[in-house]
Amino acid sequence: MSQYRVSGRGRVDTSRAVTFTFDGKSYRGVQGDTVASALLANGVHLMGRSFKYHRPRGAIAAGSEEPNALIGTRRGAGRFEPNTRATVQEIWDGLETSSQNKFPSLKFDVGAVNDAAYMLFSAGFYYKTFMWPRSFWDKVYEPFIRAAAGLGVSPTEEDPDHYASRNLHCDVLIVGAGPTGLAAARAAAVEGLRVVLVDENAEAGGTLLSEPQARIDGKPAWDWLAAELEALKALGVKVMTRTTAIAYYHQNLIGLVEKLTDHLPKLPADTPRERLWRVRAKQVVLAQGALEKPLVFHGNDRPGVMLAGSAQTFLNRYGVLVGKRPVILTSHDAAWYAAFDLQDAGAQVQAIVDTRADVDALLLNEARARGIAVKLSHTATATSGRLRVSSLRINPVAGGTVGSGQEIRCDAVLMSGGWTPSLHLFSHTKGSLTWDDDRTTFLPNNTPEDCVIAGASRGLWGIEAALADGAEKGRAVVEALGKTGAQVAYAVEADRPGTGVSHKELPTDLSAGKAKAFVDFQNDVTAKDLRLAVREGMRSIEHVKRYTTNGMATDQGKMSNINGLNIASDALGKKQPQVGLTTFRPPYTPTSFGAFAGYHRGEHFEVTRKTDIDSWAEAKNAVFEPVGQWRRARYFPKPGEDMDAAVRRECAATRASVGIFDASTLGKIEVVGPDAVEFMNRMYTNPWTKLAPGRCRYGLLLGDDGYIRDDGVIGRMSEDRFHVTTTTGGAARVLNMMEDYLQTEWPDLNVWLTSTTEQWSTVALNGPDAAKLLAPFVEGVELTEETFPHMSCVECTVAGMPARLFRVSFTGEIGFEVNVPAHLGRKLWETLWDAGQQYGITAYGTETMHVLRAEKGYIIVGQDTDGTVTPYDCGMGWAVGKKKPDFVGMRGLARPDLQAKNRKQLVGLLTEDGSKLEEGAQIVFDPKQAIPMTMVGHVTSSYDIGTTDQPIALALVAGGHEKMGETVYIPMPDRTIAAKITSTVFVDPDNTRLKI
Amino acid sequence: MTRFNAFNLLKNAMSGHKNWTEQWPDSQPKSEYDVVIVGAGGHGLGAAYYLAKEHGITNIAVIDKGWLGGGNTGRNTTIIRSNYLYDESQRLFDHSVDLWQGLSQELNYNVMYSNRGCLMLAHTVHDVQSFKRHVHANRLNGVDNRWLTPEECKEYCPPINIAKDARYPVMGGALQERAGTARHDAVAWGYARGAAARGVDIIQNCAVTAIRRNAGGSVAGVETEKGFIKAKKVAVSASGHNSMVMATAGVRLPLESMPLQALVSEPVKPIFPCVVMSNAVHAYCSQSDKGELVIGSGTDQYVSYSQRGGLPLIEHTIAAISEVFPIFNRMRMLRKWGGITDNTPDRSPIIGKTPVQNLYVNCGWGTGGFKATPGSAHVFAYTIAKDEPHPINAPFTLERFRTGRLIDEAAAAAVAH
Repeated sequence: MSQYRVSGRGRVDTSRAVTFTFDGKSYRGVQGDTVASALLANGVHLMGRSFKYHRPRGAIAAGSEEPNALIGTRRGAGRFEPNTRATVQEIWDGLETSSQNKFPSLKFDVGAVNDAAYMLFSAGFYYKTFMWPRSFWDKVYEPFIRAAAGLGVSPTEEDPDHYASRNLHCDVLIVGAGPTGLAAARAAAVEGLRVVLVDENAEAGGTLLSEPQARIDGKPAWDWLAAELEALKALGVKVMTRTTAIAYYHQNLIGLVEKLTDHLPKLPADTPRERLWRVRAKQVVLAQGALEKPLVFHGNDRPGVMLAGSAQTFLNRYGVLVGKRPVILTSHDAAWYAAFDLQDAGAQVQAIVDTRADVDALLLNEARARGIAVKLSHTATATSGRLRVSSLRINPVAGGTVGSGQEIRCDAVLMSGGWTPSLHLFSHTKGSLTWDDDRTTFLPNNTPEDCVIAGASRGLWGIEAALADGAEKGRAVVEALGKTGAQVAYAVEADRPGTGVSHKELPTDLSAGKAKAFVDFQNDVTAKDLRLAVREGMRSIEHVKRYTTNGMATDQGKMSNINGLNIASDALGKKQPQVGLTTFRPPYTPTSFGAFAGYHRGEHFEVTRKTDIDSWAEAKNAVFEPVGQWRRARYFPKPGEDMDAAVRRECAATRASVGIFDASTLGKIEVVGPDAVEFMNRMYTNPWTKLAPGRCRYGLLLGDDGYIRDDGVIGRMSEDRFHVTTTTGGAARVLNMMEDYLQTEWPDLNVWLTSTTEQWSTVALNGPDAAKLLAPFVEGVELTEETFPHMSCVECTVAGMPARLFRVSFTGEIGFEVNVPAHLGRKLWETLWDAGQQYGITAYGTETMHVLRAEKGYIIVGQDTDGTVTPYDCGMGWAVGKKKPDFVGMRGLARPDLQAKNRKQLVGLLTEDGSKLEEGAQIVFDPKQAIPMTMVGHVTSSYDIGTTDQPIALALVAGGHEKMGETVYIPMPDRTIAAKITSTVFVDPDNTRLKI
Repeated sequence: MTRFNAFNLLKNAMSGHKNWTEQWPDSQPKSEYDVVIVGAGGHGLGAAYYLAKEHGITNIAVIDKGWLGGGNTGRNTTIIRSNYLYDESQRLFDHSVDLWQGLSQELNYNVMYSNRGCLMLAHTVHDVQSFKRHVHANRLNGVDNRWLTPEECKEYCPPINIAKDARYPVMGGALQERAGTARHDAVAWGYARGAAARGVDIIQNCAVTAIRRNAGGSVAGVETEKGFIKAKKVAVSASGHNSMVMATAGVRLPLESMPLQALVSEPVKPIFPCVVMSNAVHAYCSQSDKGELVIGSGTDQYVSYSQRGGLPLIEHTIAAISEVFPIFNRMRMLRKWGGITDNTPDRSPIIGKTPVQNLYVNCGWGTGGFKATPGSAHVFAYTIAKDEPHPINAPFTLERFRTGRLIDEAAAAAVAH
């Protein structure tokens, strides 16, 4: 057994040795240890270095509030994380841990030179210097400061673990499984209620785990705890350990993170490392307990100086004596009990030093009975020891005067400044707080959520009070749910509620400038820094915090906020509530990114939407591109072809015979109802009343600002039914916009909107042979110019499949779009593909589609428009119904600037030297001007791989419609290109090719 | 005011830092001012500073309902850049970047402006087209911004994943090297100290409850929790609450207030050298001098004044960070918070006069106001002093929503910026 392990104490399994390493050295702990308890069992207190001064530090606490003992933890390749609290990480055989923020070693760290120069590194020093010369900040000062800061090192490999998330609905969620939470759960666990009890620790019990001396209902605390947990489980309560309630959101949504594998020696297969629970609870009971406050005095940060309650936890829960000759320094009764427990476990407590003059006689008697020296009305003014505390200097205080000091040799200083209720989650709800002078702390007041707070979280100390309050609050939330909670009462013996007083920094005989009395341990903020901040005009606690960084360490002020507030208030001569409390923000403890990202990583970052035809494209070695969440075939290269060669071939073949294209990703919305036509009239710029069933029309959708938002061909399938298509990327946006208008502006309209994007597969055939290829498969309509002219639509049968057939063209060739039920898409595609072989059918992708449509002057919303383009700007004034009383964007479109003469208008461009323009390139009228140039537009689309003789481009140019034939200039980094303004239609301006 | 420099720091260190003086006094309101500025964030304090320094107006009060710098100035992710699309925006933001370069020296307060560069990643063909358009537009305006290949992106910022088989592979990026970050609190404090030294009163914890107008309609002053304060001119820059403050003067603003969340990781040693923004995957990241990864994305999709925000957006933001920078998946989130942004329909600010005589407004910064602080404050001061806009903010009128002369950076960026 290790040197500091006490047999017969603790809840660890001393029969099961566990070996792990710290800074390369092997240590033995036992099953149930944390890294901190195992190191302490081996007499190791030095666990880290502080942020700024690189001062040696040990664990000050025993739980998740620990600011000092931060380590790197590693489990083989890829599984490394910095800044892990040694007091939380459970050990297992093979765990590798390392200290941080030191060079070359933890025991000898050259960074500690900062400590010697601490007078320079006062609060806010960096705001006052490093300003000269100007260029030095980025190049010299900042890199130096950055390298010195930062605690541990970042992981550098991809995380091999996976993470999960779940939703959970329950009636009552109880946060904290200490006596308060346990009693609340027992009271709430009535028939028909779903109760969930969570705790961040490896086991439930909270304070009870550190207080085995207590007896509840006649049983030793631990026996009672075991029986109670069994009883709760039997009542159906879901008890979750290693589960932290990280955040409280609106309407009782609580985020929990459950750690599943970090404590296991072997990673189970297929188990996520962590799981995020989104819990929607009807009622919440917050029973997070309280955190012990450190005392603020010179040298209070030396390894071996620790919270008394934590020392008690190390002893009673882990069977570890943090020191054999500890001295107790306290302003609260709680630490006396720590002294008694340690003394009873074999330590020789050197003294109990209490700042108070009067202490309960019972405590004095107990101390006397154990032979422990007691020093009342004393302060502590210094500690000594290099890497571990070796003595405490104490001084009597009388009438405000600090007397001469005396050294007490020791190997640990166990301090207590009283307790601070944990109000974190309560404050996430924007709950209000009130200041309690007696306890020198904030207490919870009102919250807008369905939530109660109980036990030590509202300033009630001791197990008996916790159980009683937990039971009462448990019943209260059950009552709020319309049921009657269980009547439970508890008899508690050997309870240790205690009282105490609170301090700012302890009185000292040191000159104020000399004392290094730490408030925020990790960030090296001292009482002196806080007073300096106040002196410099920082009057709000938020200013003090930000100026000094007090409370900004990884414990987020759990150890420092109240001490900091007390000192700042004193410096300002104000009451604490006038100075304010900094806002508690989620998460309660630092939480892995992985837990938030959950399943959404790698290929699952976002769903990849694939059409039914996608598998065919993949088999044909198509190259894909992401378009929104879809992946679309961009082109279909033959062996040896690059994109340009493939697209040139696809374009030529489509214009020469027939091309086949997967248009299934186009957004599709079914607009149905008696008022469908009125709805369409109001949404789209076009008039729809006179569009006959069986006909379709190109529709243009504006935002209320009058600018183009989306477009698509819309078929009227019957009087009351429209088949609306949208752009691929715009589908969800358009449906949202339609629903928004329908539900908020026009609730009187009798219309239903249904997304049918994924109900249809759409195969487009384009080219002079398209009708010939398709006709034999179509039943119900003849594909002639007379019976099924351009812009017709019909429900029919194609190759035996139920279909909606559209005659439309996005290429300028004869075109059809065949919609069949989604799962039949590939079947239809292959049928047409096989039959098309006689025409030399060619599959084409989005790139060819882009080229062919540009040659014909068809726009792509989002490429040729950018949210600042009106229908008139791109020559589509014909799509705007002039006689309609209203449509979305009509008023916006009427604004003077949208009617102005010199707007940027969509035109074609042909370069004079036959070169291809770059998309996005800017256009000027006068190429000779100096920078900044007056730009008059930009190139929106540009291609040199289509079927035209020379490269073509579309562009937005100021007043472009009036400038046909004029020359504009495109200044590129290496040269300026001249181009002539042309029509946007480069192929078949008379639409002869659209005719069968 | 004690000058800040190494010598004075050393001198004060010797005397135990006992002799530093307050950086700004805790002023109580006088009964009358030449100018009352509502909102003591960077924009408001900066405007007071430039009014005093450049326009000789020192009888100014800057009033805030909370503590100075406690709104969006102290809540943002401190990204500074000027590679916007439209000429008007480029001029405004580049004016700001110019001022950022020397701001520490100007204020004698180290605001830690760090020219570490801002890289905007393109993940789709559409992104590439859009960002190249920005690069060309910036080049012809003399604003630095250049195109990087995926490999060059990786070299500039090694944590970026440029794997070709990523869900949204990196197809390149636009880099502005003059862009960077600054220490947000220091900006508010530096302007506060500079303004106070020139006689400006900074009045904290004193909510303005209404703007009062004269019978003739012009501004008379402001009602506050500490009583009425008469003012010849009133200028409002109250970020998320602009629309509420201005409504008391009968001015309706085209603003929607939405929560924007941000977060930091636990601090680590330097691993992330610049600012990276990914609009398509949708998150942005930089590393503070303290070592924390500073992360944000878009606003929550609902209107609210609650500085909280919801869980879904954070899940998505972190997923996006892990997607672009997979090595960070085991890092831990230390703290997240929310601020209230005021968003205009075209996602560009409004800086200028209002229909009420002698009432001025600087609002609508949405998610991008911090970067503009010095430039915006500078031209706002000009506008207040001269009762006419500076040429740089002349296009950013309230009137443009009536005329339709929008500066639509939302359309240009596809997302909030």
